[in-house]
Amino acid sequence: MTGIVFDRVAFAYEGTPVLDDVSFDLPEGEFCLLVGPTGAGKSTLLKSVNGLVPHFTGGTMRGRIAVAGREVRGSTPADLADVVGYVGQDPLAGFVTDEVERELAYTAEQLGVDPAAMRKRVSEIVDLLGLADVRDRDLAALSSGQRQRVAIGAALVAGPAALVLDEPTSALDPTAADEVLSALHRLVHDLGVTVLLAEHRLERVAQYADSALLLHGGTVTAGPVGEVLAASPIAPPVVELGRLAGWPGPPVTIREARRHAAGLREALAGRRPEPPPAHGAAVTAPGRRKRATADAEPPLLDARDVHVRYPGGVRAVNGVDLVAARCERIALMGRNGSGKSSLLWALQGTGKRSSGQVAIGGADPAARKPAERRQLAGLVPAEPADLLYAETVADECEGADDDGRAPRGTCAKILADLVEGVDGSAHPRDLSEGQRLALALAVTLTAAPPLLLLDEPTRGLDYPAKAALAARLGRLAEAGHCVVVSTHDVEFCAEFATRVVVLSDGEVVADGPARQIVAASPMFAPQVEKVLPGWLTVGEVAAALNGNGTGDDPDD
Amino acid sequence: MTGRAAMRTTKPPPEARAAANRRAAAHPVAWWGWALLLATAAGGTGNPWVLLLIVAVAGLVVTWCRGDEPWSGAYRVFLYIGLGAVAVRMAFYIVFGGADGPTVLLTLPSVTLPDWAAGFRLGGNVTAEGTLAAAYDGLRLATLLVCIGAANALASPRRLLRSVPAALYEVSVAVVVALSVAPQLVESVGRVRRARALRGNTSRSPANLMRTVVSPVLHDALERSLALAAAMASRGYGRAADVPAPARRATNAFLLTGLVGLCAGAYALLGAATPAPLAWTVVACGAAAAVFGITFASKRVPHTRYRPDRFGPRDWAVVAAGAAAVAGTVLSGVFEPSALWPATNPLSVPDLPLWAAAGVVIAAAPALLAPSSRGGTP
Repeated sequence: MTGIVFDRVAFAYEGTPVLDDVSFDLPEGEFCLLVGPTGAGKSTLLKSVNGLVPHFTGGTMRGRIAVAGREVRGSTPADLADVVGYVGQDPLAGFVTDEVERELAYTAEQLGVDPAAMRKRVSEIVDLLGLADVRDRDLAALSSGQRQRVAIGAALVAGPAALVLDEPTSALDPTAADEVLSALHRLVHDLGVTVLLAEHRLERVAQYADSALLLHGGTVTAGPVGEVLAASPIAPPVVELGRLAGWPGPPVTIREARRHAAGLREALAGRRPEPPPAHGAAVTAPGRRKRATADAEPPLLDARDVHVRYPGGVRAVNGVDLVAARCERIALMGRNGSGKSSLLWALQGTGKRSSGQVAIGGADPAARKPAERRQLAGLVPAEPADLLYAETVADECEGADDDGRAPRGTCAKILADLVEGVDGSAHPRDLSEGQRLALALAVTLTAAPPLLLLDEPTRGLDYPAKAALAARLGRLAEAGHCVVVSTHDVEFCAEFATRVVVLSDGEVVADGPARQIVAASPMFAPQVEKVLPGWLTVGEVAAALNGNGTGDDPDD
Repeated sequence: MTGRAAMRTTKPPPEARAAANRRAAAHPVAWWGWALLLATAAGGTGNPWVLLLIVAVAGLVVTWCRGDEPWSGAYRVFLYIGLGAVAVRMAFYIVFGGADGPTVLLTLPSVTLPDWAAGFRLGGNVTAEGTLAAAYDGLRLATLLVCIGAANALASPRRLLRSVPAALYEVSVAVVVALSVAPQLVESVGRVRRARALRGNTSRSPANLMRTVVSPVLHDALERSLALAAAMASRGYGRAADVPAPARRATNAFLLTGLVGLCAGAYALLGAATPAPLAWTVVACGAAAAVFGITFASKRVPHTRYRPDRFGPRDWAVVAAGAAAVAGTVLSGVFEPSALWPATNPLSVPDLPLWAAAGVVIAAAPALLAPSSRGGTP
């Protein structure tokens, strides 16, 4: 019996080819990673495994797809529910019931599994995925990692031969992602399920995969993970480092890379990463707070003892002090539910603040009208599309100019500076994730706020898009904005931040220069730091190898 | 597992707690039956003592028997709505009048209404007798609401839907999905409104609200329902099962005939034109066809249920306790009708109808029959 077979599959949507002659053959029990740039058609490929494409999307399909010997073409997704389990990016959007056990049993109920057998299967799945503590809970009361595990469990209860996952960890913090992926890894071994998984954060999943498929330009290349990633335009930092150093393989796990790293460490001995672009040396110096108060210029953001409490006794933010100056690049890190978003919204003034003071340039944003508030602090919410209403990008820009009472063309100009080649007549919802984020950012920047806050901006962005975003935000910081980004993307944080503030249960547990904070925590350390302590990004290492590394320690 | 989640479940071992919950909870149909019977009893009396006793009994049972679920707070919400109903009833009496008596409490400036509005007044004398009658009436309405609140707190409508016959499965799934849409819409409106504030948009013009709030929310809802439809399909909802087409058609026909029969019977019963025996016959035939259709169809449904709630002797006891309250009111109606509907003119302290009171006290039995694992914590 085979796992998943694609034989010369082509798919076109309204005349635009998405997949073009895709052929591969996944053996049973393989854990395969699907890699590709944003918009390459990864979701289309995954959805065609259980017939959601073309049944739910329309479009024309050619070729043959088979899962565990069953033909996919000609069957509906519902008919295939017993052979293919599908897990999407947002588990909440796919939940049908409201309790963990009922949700787990749903597919089995649909398939008419005998009640006794169903109870046994649900119990097995609960144990396999470590959900015993929450089995009688409401789905709404679960953490995001638990929800994703419930979604995986729900797809597995019917005992499918294949499991398809579309970015299962992109909304999760590193620890929750690890829980989900290790549970998945165990399932592959215990149940022999064939897993096909797409994920942008390859640094999280590459180590678990047996093989990889690279989808690029409508065709796929299959092979061992290392080889595929070496040729891929999208690769995790450890593979980039391996490419740079010419390691064989190249290694995809930290352990493998460490074995090869001795030579590179020697080459880098005595060198130190170049300090981030000079825009006020104070940014990298510790003791910023002292400097800020000693300086003639008062800090831009001065938040004292901020509390945010929600009904039901939830203390989202619990006495946070945050002082920040212009030109700072701050990453706000912490687990899901640690209060990052609540803090950002409270700082901006639109969100709830139960007590404490916030001053931006001396003014309390919450006391101002929304139109004046956004001139103090701009916030790009986690769902950037919420900021966009218009039918076309050009209309959106004009609307933003009107909202901000800015001269015509301000927003369009900012957008052109941020990202090139956005079609003015396109619908904002049709843009790529990166472009849509840039548009939301441009709309926010039209009001010229000195403080810029971004809530989880990296969801759905691939490595090049994230690098572009980091560069863009870096330029804004150089231009005098103070940029605060909440994120649990450690690689993005390494690229972007000069200062890291770690929140846990609504309290600041660490605050300091990015290099120190990130190095001290295994959870927040980027891959390069794990292989070459003291170095955060591949770019730094490359610069040092080219002889640009400085000999002195910037932290001294 | 997050630290927080682990903390919440430390005290009793989770497995044991889950099992205890499952054993403790009575059948949702039993709870709704009990509450509706209590409401019937409340509808059959105007005696404030009995009504207050019913509210107290409902409160006691809710406090002792409700679970930990989010809807368990429904009783309190309905209690407030009930108080609101009393207040509205009183306000209506004071403004528009109603029963009158000799004891004038205060006189409001009155307006003479034209002839076609005879029987109504606007302002004028407010009497103690009338106020009391309005208060009794309001209290009766409030008690009915509180009974419904108790049912909601004890068994969520979702749990009730789970107990519908298998033949109505698809319908119940649709209702469950619809129920989950409402809170999602509320959340979505909140998110969009906050995003609107981020853009500094505070315009209240309908056109602007339409474009910046209604349209994004609808867009969101549409996207969500498409995602849900895809998720349900990939999990086997609406599978073409191996039921032969003639059998499927036959069950559908039975179901439809039964439901039409029921509707026709109810119409005949409510309309005065049809003689009562005929109407009852139509209802009975309709009910029989529907029950047969549903049973017949349920046997052919290709789905199974996970841990269906079973209706046991204790659940019968819960329903019987509710029936006792109704029986009490009926007996009081026979032996002491004046106490059941106390007069407010002349003013007097109403007597307590003993049969009805005894029935309502018996209705408190579920508090002992089916206490939840939470015990008496409010």
